[in-house]
Amino acid sequence: MTATIAAAGTGTTARAGVEVRLENLRRRYGPITALDGLSLTMAPGELVALLGPSGCGKTTALRLLAGLEDADEGRILVDGHDVTGQPANKRGVGMVFQAYSLFPHMTAWQNVAFGLQMRRVHAAERRQRAGEMLELVGLSGYANRFAHQLSGGQQQRVALARALAINPKVLLLDEPLSALDAKVRARLRDEIRRVQLEVGTTTLFVTHDQEEALAIADRVGVMQSGRLEQLGPPTTIYSRPASAFVAEFVGLTNRLPGTVARGAVDVRGTRLPLVQTDVPDGPAIALIRPEAVSVLGDANGASGPLVGTVIATVFLGATSRVTVDLGDVTVLTQLATSEAAAHPAGTRIRLAIRPDPVLIARDQPAGEHR
Amino acid sequence: MTAVLEKSFVDTAGRPTGGGRRLPSQWLAVIPFFFYLGIFLLLPTLIVVGGAFFDRNGLGFSNLLIMNKPFVISAYLNSVILAAITAIAGAVLGAVLAYAVVSGNPNGVFRRLVTSACGVLAQFGGVTLAFAFIATIGSAGFVYLWLKQHGLDVYAHGLWLYDLRGLELVYTYFQIPLMVLVFLPALDGIRPQWREATESLGGNTWQYWRYVAGPLLAPAFFGATLLLFANAFSAYATAAALVNQGSVIASLLIANTMTSEVGLHDPGIASALALVMVVMVATVMVLYTVLQRRTARWLR
Amino acid sequence: MSRARRTKLRIFRIVVFIVMGAFFLVPIAAMFEFSTRGPTDASPRTLSAWLSIAQTPELSSAIIASLELALLTSIGMLVLLVPTMIWVRLRVPAVSRTVEFLCLLPLTVPAIVLVAGLAPEYQWISLNFSDSILTLGFVYLVLVLPYAYRTLDTGLAAIDVKTLSEAARSLGASWLTVMLRVIVPNMWVALLNACLLSVAVVLGEFTIANLLNYENLQVAIALLGRANATVSIAVAVAALLLAFVLLVVLSFVGRPRSGVGRLEEEGLSGFGRQLGGGLR
Repeated sequence: MTATIAAAGTGTTARAGVEVRLENLRRRYGPITALDGLSLTMAPGELVALLGPSGCGKTTALRLLAGLEDADEGRILVDGHDVTGQPANKRGVGMVFQAYSLFPHMTAWQNVAFGLQMRRVHAAERRQRAGEMLELVGLSGYANRFAHQLSGGQQQRVALARALAINPKVLLLDEPLSALDAKVRARLRDEIRRVQLEVGTTTLFVTHDQEEALAIADRVGVMQSGRLEQLGPPTTIYSRPASAFVAEFVGLTNRLPGTVARGAVDVRGTRLPLVQTDVPDGPAIALIRPEAVSVLGDANGASGPLVGTVIATVFLGATSRVTVDLGDVTVLTQLATSEAAAHPAGTRIRLAIRPDPVLIARDQPAGEHR
Repeated sequence: MTAVLEKSFVDTAGRPTGGGRRLPSQWLAVIPFFFYLGIFLLLPTLIVVGGAFFDRNGLGFSNLLIMNKPFVISAYLNSVILAAITAIAGAVLGAVLAYAVVSGNPNGVFRRLVTSACGVLAQFGGVTLAFAFIATIGSAGFVYLWLKQHGLDVYAHGLWLYDLRGLELVYTYFQIPLMVLVFLPALDGIRPQWREATESLGGNTWQYWRYVAGPLLAPAFFGATLLLFANAFSAYATAAALVNQGSVIASLLIANTMTSEVGLHDPGIASALALVMVVMVATVMVLYTVLQRRTARWLR
Repeated sequence: MSRARRTKLRIFRIVVFIVMGAFFLVPIAAMFEFSTRGPTDASPRTLSAWLSIAQTPELSSAIIASLELALLTSIGMLVLLVPTMIWVRLRVPAVSRTVEFLCLLPLTVPAIVLVAGLAPEYQWISLNFSDSILTLGFVYLVLVLPYAYRTLDTGLAAIDVKTLSEAARSLGASWLTVMLRVIVPNMWVALLNACLLSVAVVLGEFTIANLLNYENLQVAIALLGRANATVSIAVAVAALLLAFVLLVVLSFVGRPRSGVGRLEEEGLSGFGRQLGGGLR
């Protein structure tokens, strides 16, 4: 162990990532099934984000991999070795928690050096390695600060340095950003990705924030009820969701009533192809992204199924989100800010729906809508 | 009281605030409080301090010379030993009980039951507690009789319940629950992430206690022990009810010096003895506060 | 947590609770047992000791005196402390540290020390004012201050006094109205807790009454203990039960409101953190 760490002494030239396999993991807590047969293979050096609502099993998956919980069934393989029954302190897994995980009675560098101390690494070497890790996360000047003298973002950087100091086979991040302010969150997210790419450790990142998952991961796994709904690159997850759940959980979605017939759905006069193949004919709710809705132009005095009144505009920077009241439903559309400015609240406009393949919502009986 | 409040409001409203060569009128409302405490808390304390330094010949240290008398030294020494033993026993056993409580469901009925019971039992002192132990292992107590029937005579070497060793046992009864109440918040401040972080960094259970939980809890534990020490050191009622005569410990000695029954009646000497006690307790309490601050910073 | 450790922890908890439970319950059970003994070892269980409580005049007068003292102390505490604490928060925060220090000071001054200083004062009071046992209320008010202060402080911290009073003042309320109609109704749980704690402290007080030669409940029990152990133990059990009921009420009052959820635990711990107070 000592030798491995010494070899990795420069920090940035750590060993390349290893493959991690979760095979058919199951875990129940009394009547609740937290994991219902999860299988996932992470390529060496890959960053996979597990995304889902609370209670979907994503944190359980991470804790099983860390060895903090026992699996009822299934296997965990790290670099080809079965670690399923191994206790947490033998796994060599680095972990960053949601918050407050730094030991409050130790300074930043003592925290970072703690894992090496547990491995009986020589004191001088501990100090040097901790210094390098703090430098890696941009906190060289803060080595002698205690947790309560650091901001939330700085504390999480120290936690990251601490997890990486032991040169772990796998890095686990359990909602590391959710306790931080929005601005710090975005910056630290990019910082974590930079560091992860630099050290090349295979990483599992658990979050409930879809924006975070899409921004940071090589692949995103969307989870629901202890199962993986879809696993794929962020672009695929967003533009080609495999299920209605994924479509609604990732990104904003319009729910528009329509009628299914002959493999397509008719939504307010526009025929849209279906993603799913097993939808019965009849009334249904189609899930349509705001970007798929565009503005054709002003429609003063005109009428039609896609003519409505602008009721609100939310400025998001380069784009704006415009809410249009179509009479029986409201539709969200995402426009360039300059275009949105041309249609202030109160004006009537005509919309169009881009004929991309769409998903049909399954959670509600067809024919009913909000 | 309310009239004063009303009046001061009217005064304040009547002219611009902030300007004042005189005492600002809003201060009037807190005067009764300070006046009352002045008479019933600060004045008695001053009387004790003054009484300790004044004798028949005026200002001097002659009253404090009583501290050189062997029977006084032995009473204070007994008090220190009694307080130290019961504080350490109470702290260790109380910490074990507190750990058993926090390792369960934080919102469970059981935890509520134990904390409520400790709230009552930490207060359970004095005459009632002395009687409880007399009824338990006094020479007619049922536990004593039952043990004797089964061949174990706990008084084979003398009836120790009514002397110092008896006080050690009886004091432990209220020291343990007090420890639970004082130590529980500190244990609650220990976050599960710290244990998990230790494990994922390669530490075992022993290393967790040695490097993480132990150092974090140490100030709270020693602080609580000091509090228990002060608690036992200044206790009087339980000892008065249990020990029939003599002045084996400091608080009994002070009481016997004050009252005329025993013939020692000397307010000056009593004040000197009381002053020594309050100085010792205050010193311990200052240390306790220092340790408490450190705990507050680490274990919020 | 791994299963093996969970099992070990469970066994540890059960053992601790059984051993501690025995240590704490046996003496209380022993008192019950003792108080129901007949005149000789052979005689059957009897409640005669319990029944004779009411027929012991010095006992009943002491019980009444202690109850009156409890009432007086609670009222005095409310009148002295509540307006002062609210006013300090609102208008003179500069003295808040001093008020807190003074209120917690009785924890550091042992009752046995306090009584040494009080003796001359009470001599003067009984000569010039009154020698009634109820004058003990003056010093009992000081004894209950730390508990009352902590409870009320928690109660005040849970409601934003400043905003509430500014809102009420902007609507035209006088300071008196602000206190009685706005703040007090929002902290009644804390007020009730402070009163219950005061009652428990007063009913358990022995040191000061004994050394100033007043016969309150605890002193009467102690004196009776020399003459009739069974009856005195019966009274002791009754007093203990009363204190227990008070504190159980305390721990369940105001429970449904989540905002004051920690209050009752605070109150109890504050109560428990007593040191060198009047009770022992």
